Amino acid sequence: MSKPKFVYVTYIRTTPEKLWAALTDPQTIRKYWFGITAQSDWQPGSPWSLKFEDGRTADSGEILEAVPGKRLVIRWRNEFKPELKAEGWSRCTMEIEMAEYYPDFGGKAAKLTISHELEGEGTKLVEAVSGGWPKILSNLKSLLETGDVAFER
Amino acid sequence: MDKVFKALADPTRRDLLDRLRAENGQTLGELCARLAMTRQAVTKHLVLLEEANLVATARRGREKLHYLNPVPINEIAERWIGKFESGRLQALSDIKRALEEGTGESR
Repeated sequence: MSKPKFVYVTYIRTTPEKLWAALTDPQTIRKYWFGITAQSDWQPGSPWSLKFEDGRTADSGEILEAVPGKRLVIRWRNEFKPELKAEGWSRCTMEIEMAEYYPDFGGKAAKLTISHELEGEGTKLVEAVSGGWPKILSNLKSLLETGDVAFER
Repeated sequence: MDKVFKALADPTRRDLLDRLRAENGQTLGELCARLAMTRQAVTKHLVLLEEANLVATARRGREKLHYLNPVPINEIAERWIGKFESGRLQALSDIKRALEEGTGESR
């Protein structure tokens, strides 16, 4: 495995349990992921997929690690764009920890770190994925902190 | 948000972010090699960028890799850009980029 292609960090005024639920509940995911949702039973070794609203599969893969409230690792491949699918598998790691950040929230917030590594070579998949994450993460933060998302699409 | 604006107010720190944007995941050594600055000065700037959450880090063995983290910048955009304005603003950016192409980078 090469070094991560990108690392994104956001601090959210919430608890690790609520953040984990937001990362794994299909109905919640749909709210901040522009209509896309994830399907999985979130057990190590289980299949995982991202679905468009019309039911088509956007990405698919497998849960490699799942420690509720702490760590989720997904083996991930694009399924709907041939040039992205050709780049093969990537690995997405989501880590949750409590961190000092918001002085006005008892100084604590859930820190979510998302990193993506490619198993092979290629740049298109990472470009496609990294273009989306900042907006998805802003939406997730906004949803958990205010109950509403910032971007509809 | 104060920390983000303070971090972005310095041209050297914006330059460091540009360098990470061009090549993500650099070590301190790699960043220093291309800058006419002492290692200590670069470290100081990186600490401020990390505190503002504009730089995220990952460990690989004994190396510390630095990544551009655009999430706080997106939060700034989200605060002042309305839900339905982003399409029009993108069109303006596209026009600006097309017209300014070849006339040097705008800062």
